[in-house]
This record gives sequence, C-alpha cells and structure tokens, in this order.
Amino acid sequence: MSSTAPVAVQSVPRGGLGKLVGHRLVDWLPAVIVLVAVVGLWQGLIVWLDVQQFLLPKPTAIASAFWTDKHELLHAGWYTFQEALGGFVLGSGAAIVVALVLARWRPLGTALMPYFIAANAIPIIAFAPITNQWFNGGLTKSSKVVIAAILCFFPVLVNTLRGLTSVRPQDLELMRSYAGGQTAIFRRVRIPNALPFMFTGLKVATVLAMIGAVVGEYFGGALNALGVLILARSRIFMFTQAWAGVFVACLFGLGLYLAVAAVERVALRWMPSTSE
Amino acid sequence: MATMAAERPVERSTEVIRRAAARVGTSILVLVALWGLWEAYRWLWIHEGWTWPFAVNDTTMPHLHDIFAALWGRASPGGVGPRLITVLVKGALFTAKEAAAGFAIGALVGFALGVVLAHFSLFQRGLLPWIVASQTVPILVVAPMVVVWANPKLPNGLKDWGAVALIAAFLTFFPVTVNTIRGLHSADRRALELMRSYAAGDWRVLWKLRFPAALPYIFSALKISATASVVGALIGELPSSIPNGLGAQIINFSQYYTTQPRGLWATNVIAAALGISFFLIVVIAEKLVVRRAPENLV
Amino acid sequence: MSLADATMSVVEISGVSKRFGTTTALEGIELEIGEREFVSLIGPSGCGKSTLLRIIGDLIEPSGGKVVVNGKTARQARKDRDYGIVFQDPVLYDWRTVAKNVALPLEMARWPRQKRTARIQKMLELVELTGFENHRPWQLSGGMQQRVSIARALSFDPALLLMDEPFGALDEMTRERLNMELLRIWAASGSTVVFVTHSISEAVFLSTQVMVMSPRPGRISEVVPIDLTQPRTAATREAPRFFELVTQVREALHLGQDLDRTAPVTSQQAPT
Repeated sequence: MSSTAPVAVQSVPRGGLGKLVGHRLVDWLPAVIVLVAVVGLWQGLIVWLDVQQFLLPKPTAIASAFWTDKHELLHAGWYTFQEALGGFVLGSGAAIVVALVLARWRPLGTALMPYFIAANAIPIIAFAPITNQWFNGGLTKSSKVVIAAILCFFPVLVNTLRGLTSVRPQDLELMRSYAGGQTAIFRRVRIPNALPFMFTGLKVATVLAMIGAVVGEYFGGALNALGVLILARSRIFMFTQAWAGVFVACLFGLGLYLAVAAVERVALRWMPSTSE
Repeated sequence: MATMAAERPVERSTEVIRRAAARVGTSILVLVALWGLWEAYRWLWIHEGWTWPFAVNDTTMPHLHDIFAALWGRASPGGVGPRLITVLVKGALFTAKEAAAGFAIGALVGFALGVVLAHFSLFQRGLLPWIVASQTVPILVVAPMVVVWANPKLPNGLKDWGAVALIAAFLTFFPVTVNTIRGLHSADRRALELMRSYAAGDWRVLWKLRFPAALPYIFSALKISATASVVGALIGELPSSIPNGLGAQIINFSQYYTTQPRGLWATNVIAAALGISFFLIVVIAEKLVVRRAPENLV
Repeated sequence: MSLADATMSVVEISGVSKRFGTTTALEGIELEIGEREFVSLIGPSGCGKSTLLRIIGDLIEPSGGKVVVNGKTARQARKDRDYGIVFQDPVLYDWRTVAKNVALPLEMARWPRQKRTARIQKMLELVELTGFENHRPWQLSGGMQQRVSIARALSFDPALLLMDEPFGALDEMTRERLNMELLRIWAASGSTVVFVTHSISEAVFLSTQVMVMSPRPGRISEVVPIDLTQPRTAATREAPRFFELVTQVREALHLGQDLDRTAPVTSQQAPT
C-alpha cells in the first residue's frame, strides 16, 4: 500500500504513448542484443552444420514461408484467435465472478481452494476430444472455446481471489469506523486492491488461451484452423511451413497479451511503478 | 521478501492424523457433491430437452457410475481380454515415465541454470527477459513437431519415450530457472549482511541462506511443472505412433466414441488421476523438505 | 476523577473487561473523559491500551461492562460516525489521490460533491497540506501521510478522535513537530482526543490527563492530571513542571509493572 518514504515529494510521472509501451531503452537493450545473437546463431549454425532444412528450418526460411502463405496463415490465425479470445473472456469472466463470491463468503473459499488447486493439476487438454464430441464433432469453434475457458479460469481465479483477500486488518477497521458494510468494503477497498492481482492473472491467461485453442485443435478442428494447419504440415514433414504457423500463433498470442497489458496500464495508472 | 525460516512447531502425531482424516472427509464430501451436481444437471437437461450448450444424452454425458463400471469392464468388446482399467493404467504409467524423466532433467537443468544466472547478473539481464518471454513460445504447440523430428535420431532404447521426455524437460526447465533466480535473490538483505559479517564465503552463503530462501519459489515452480510435464507428455504422444502411452489411448477411444463413449471418459478419469498424482507427489515432497509454511505463490 | 465534572462526558466506561480465550486483556476498567479533553493511554506492551481504544470505537466487543460514547452505546456512536480514528499506519489508499483519500468518509456519509470539496480544502489547510490534493500517497513522506490520515479522521467533524500510536513509526524530530501540529488541530477543531502511546514525554506534552495502564490483567493503575499551561509550546518541554510530571508518570508505570502478577520476582526489584 502506501510507503513511508523519507524523501519529501516525488513528481507525478507524465503519461503518453511511450509510457503505454513501457520500459526505458536501457532495460530492453541487453535483451534485444541477445535476441539478435540467438537468431543469428540459429541461422549460422544451420548453415555451418548444414542441418537438413526440412527438420529445423532457418529463420529466414520460416520468414519467407510465412510471407508466401501469409493470407492463409493469417486467416487461420484469426479463426483460432477467436476461439482463444472467446475462451479468455468466458473463463476470466467466470473466474472473476467466482472470486468475488469466494471472497465474500470466506469459509467457502478456504474450504474449496485446495480442490481448485488439485483440479488444476488435471490435464485439461485430455478433455478436448470430449468437447469435440459435444460440439459438432469439433468442426466449430465452440469446443476449443470451452478448453481455452477452462485453462484461463484457474490463474485468474487464484490471482483475483488473492487480491480481494489481501487487505490488512486496519483497512477493515477503518471501514468499520465509517460504519461501512460488506458492500462498501468490497467497492472501496477489496476491488481496487485486487486490480493489480487480477491483471497478473489475466496476462497469464492470455498465453494459456491461445495455446489451449491451438493445441485443442490438434484433437480435431475445422480445416482452416491454425492448429489443424500446423499439425497437417508437420505430418507431411513440411516443417518450415509448420513453423510459420507457429510464428503466427505467437503473434496473435502476443497481441492479446499486449492488449491486456495496455488496458492494465490505463487502469492502474495510479501505481508507483507499473513495470512487471 | 522471504525471511529466515521460522520453523513450525512440531505437531503431535495424533493432531496430524486428525487433520488428515478431516481432509479426507471433506474431500469425499466434495466428490459426492460434484457427483450429485453431475447427475442433477444430466437429469434436468434430459428432462427438459434443452440443447444449449449441447444436447445431453447417454453419449455426451454418461452416468458417472457407468464410466466407473466401464473401467472395471473389459477393454475390448466381446468380454475377453484385459480390463479397461488395466489397459489405461499401463498406458498412464508409460506416460508417467516419460513425464517424470523429463521433469527430473528439466528441474536439474533449470536449477543449475538458475544458480548460474543468479550469480552472473550480466547473463541474467540479457537472458532472463527472453527466458520469461519464451514462455509465450508455445512449447505445447511445437511438441508434436519436435517429437516427430527427434524420434528418428534417438538410440533404440530411448525411442518413443525419449522425445516426449524432452518436451516435458522443456516445459519444466523454464519456470524452475526463473523461480530459482527469484528465490535466490529473495534472501533477506539483513540475513545476507549477517553472513558476510561471519566472513562466510559465497558457497556457504549460497548453501545456508540463499538456497533455503529459494526453496518455496522452486517448489511453486515444480508444482506448475509437474502438471505441465504430464500435459506435455500427452501432447507429445499425439502425432507419432507411440502406442504405449495414455495419449494414444485417448486418440483411440475418441475414434470409437460413438460406439463406446464411456471409454473416452474413462481415459479422462485416468489422465486426471495421473495429473493429480504428480502434483500430490511434489506437494508432499515440499511439505517434507520445506519445514515452514510455504508461501502460496502461483 | 476527570477534570471536567461540570461538562458533558464524551466517553464513559464502567466495569469493562475483555477476554481473548483464556487471556484477560482488560479487567475492571472505569474511566470518564469530558469534552475537549486530551487523554493519553500509556503502558507497556500487553496492557490492553489498543484494545481499550478499539472498544471505545466499537471495533472490538467487550466481554462485560458498559461503554457510553457521546451519550449513546459505542455501536450507535460508530454507526452515527461520531468518531474518527487514526492508526500507526496511515492506511491511505494508493488508488486515490490525497484529496480523494480525505474524501472517503464523506463519500460514505453521502455528502454532496460541493460540500465535500469545500471541506477537503479546509481540512488540508488545517493540516497544512494545501497544494497536495492531487498527489498520491506514495509520493509523500511518512509524516505527511499521517497528516492526511488526521485530516481524513477529522473531515466529518466528529466529537471524538481516537489515535493509536499515530506517530510511532516516525523519527523523533518529526514526532515533536507533529505533536505541536496535533495540539493546534485539536484546539482548532474542538474535539476530544483519546491517544494511545508508548512515549512518556509525548503523553505528558500532549494531554490534559494521562491514564497509566499496567498489564496482566490490563487495567488503569493511575490517572495523572497534567496541569501544564495551555497552549503548550516548545518551551513547555523545558519547564521544570514538565519533568516532574514525566517522572510521576514513569514511577506510575514502574509501580504498575510491579503489580504484574506474572512477572518473576527477583531480588533486584527495588521497592518503590
């Protein structure tokens, strides 16, 4: 919460588009250097060791494969992204509601938490064939939406719940001194306090959503879905094209993550440091 | 963040037994409640004929007791041959072997890498952001590809399950590395200064202070990785012709779903048991090794 | 016992006790605090002073006895928002500006916006933090945060101000400065103050009465009226009477500890 910094007053940082994207260049620089080094090394090793290209393609080959097929790939990516997005919204929404309920009725929360944790240890992905059976043999988006939703549920629940319940006794005493009831406590203390935690969970969920959608499609999906595409190409040893598909999956996943991160920066602009 | 360990008072064994019994009791209660919910949903949907989100019948939502009956029944139609549960558990054990091997390798490598990176901050500043960002590189997505690629290259003894173990190792090593670094750095600064005042060398400090401080973080990574290893093993088994694993059984039964739906559900039950067992083993190990209340870091 | 028999009492406590499980935190508490008084509760750890403060504020229920605040039950006084409370931790919310933090109780009491803004301005002037309305709590020093906390506690003009070691986390110099400020605010607002502290000099400097408490079981062992001239100034701390009163309180504290039934009896304990 508030720190007792001995320094008298710090100036309020100004916002702006640069702040929206984030950190200072110095923080990024070593990481960028490493990226360039790794990609260069990847390319170099393959050329030098003359690794068979259809097994572990060069980055340049992947890039050109992507460029050639970009329409098909991006369409497929968009299709799968919709599944991921749907699952993300559904799963996160349900998780937030459940977190509010469990925070309101604490005994229920403490009793159920171990079971949620254990349930999270179940390989959800094994459920994919069953959801395919539920929804049109897996040829529509719905079955993957369900998988993605289940995957997103737990991290958002755990993080949001932790945020809702990490209020100090004095916060509650203060509200009681203002004759505040449960609703007031939730509205004015628990929920604002929970926002940073919730966003942490949401960011984890974005990653899981996209992965869940793609991998769910490995068990069956429409022909123009990204996961189906990647798997089909792997099976016929067209690895370069398969990696291009993976690249597209990463792009969409990253896009969703950055979108959530941007919303976070706006919603949490009151935080002393919004860096993660 | 983490301070010097404050040991929990040793509990009398009667207390421990009583609490374990209570835990088991509530677990049974929860399972019964879930069973009740399942049957209630099923009955209501069939009774009302609702078709959203999906139509409910014996194929899409069999009775839970039917699923368990199927487990106990014969695997192949015709009433002969091994029981379904035997077949599935054998598959599960095969998958478990892959997952466990990968998990162990990944944990060791991750820990070693974490220790190195924690010590050399230059490496850390360069590599760590990418190690973290690489979690968005979907290992699960490329798993089938990696298995198809790696399988031919492995010696015969390692064939089939080695490649899958590799996937599990990859999934384990990243979170363990990140959490090892965070854990090693989390040692209380004043405790560090105290050690230095005893002229303790770097290794001593590492062993006596940083490492115990890192344990809760490492275990929280291991808990996540345990589940991830199982998932990775299942996914890795998908495209390749690895007939012995549980993944193959899942594919197998999903193909026969319309005639024998309970088989697929049964595989899910076994897969769930597999995932939970892995997780429980790590939890128990944590309770034994870290004799203070572990922080619930997710 | 109180200096203000003629005026209305703001807090009347008779026969209050509090037990937590098998521990008796408070036993047989009797006190009366009149209007505009500044009463300090001082005592060693475990004497129940913070518990007593919270009983006055209906944040803890007593196990027995009667508590009358502002002529009502403690619960009613809380519901009517008759008191403001300040803790050792400023308990400010990072997601609200300074002004909005002060506004919190006013929002909960549903004051209209105009009235709120005017009152916030006035309160910030009172604690000398004008110009910091749009700052965030983490941008302020500890002392400034406490001043915001005091402004917030007084924002709805309560009859009673409860303070639980509010300056405990601050350094001595800041503490002395804030003591002066608190006295000024007290005089200006006309409220009654119940102040919990560890510091003998702080208690003597600020109060009209010091109630010395002793532990196990927690009780008020002595009440020391402070007859130093008002308003108190920096010079007050150097007056001979100040030292006399500090000594009196100190001796009362030692006496109280001697009465501690669970303390081991040693031959070194000097008779008082």
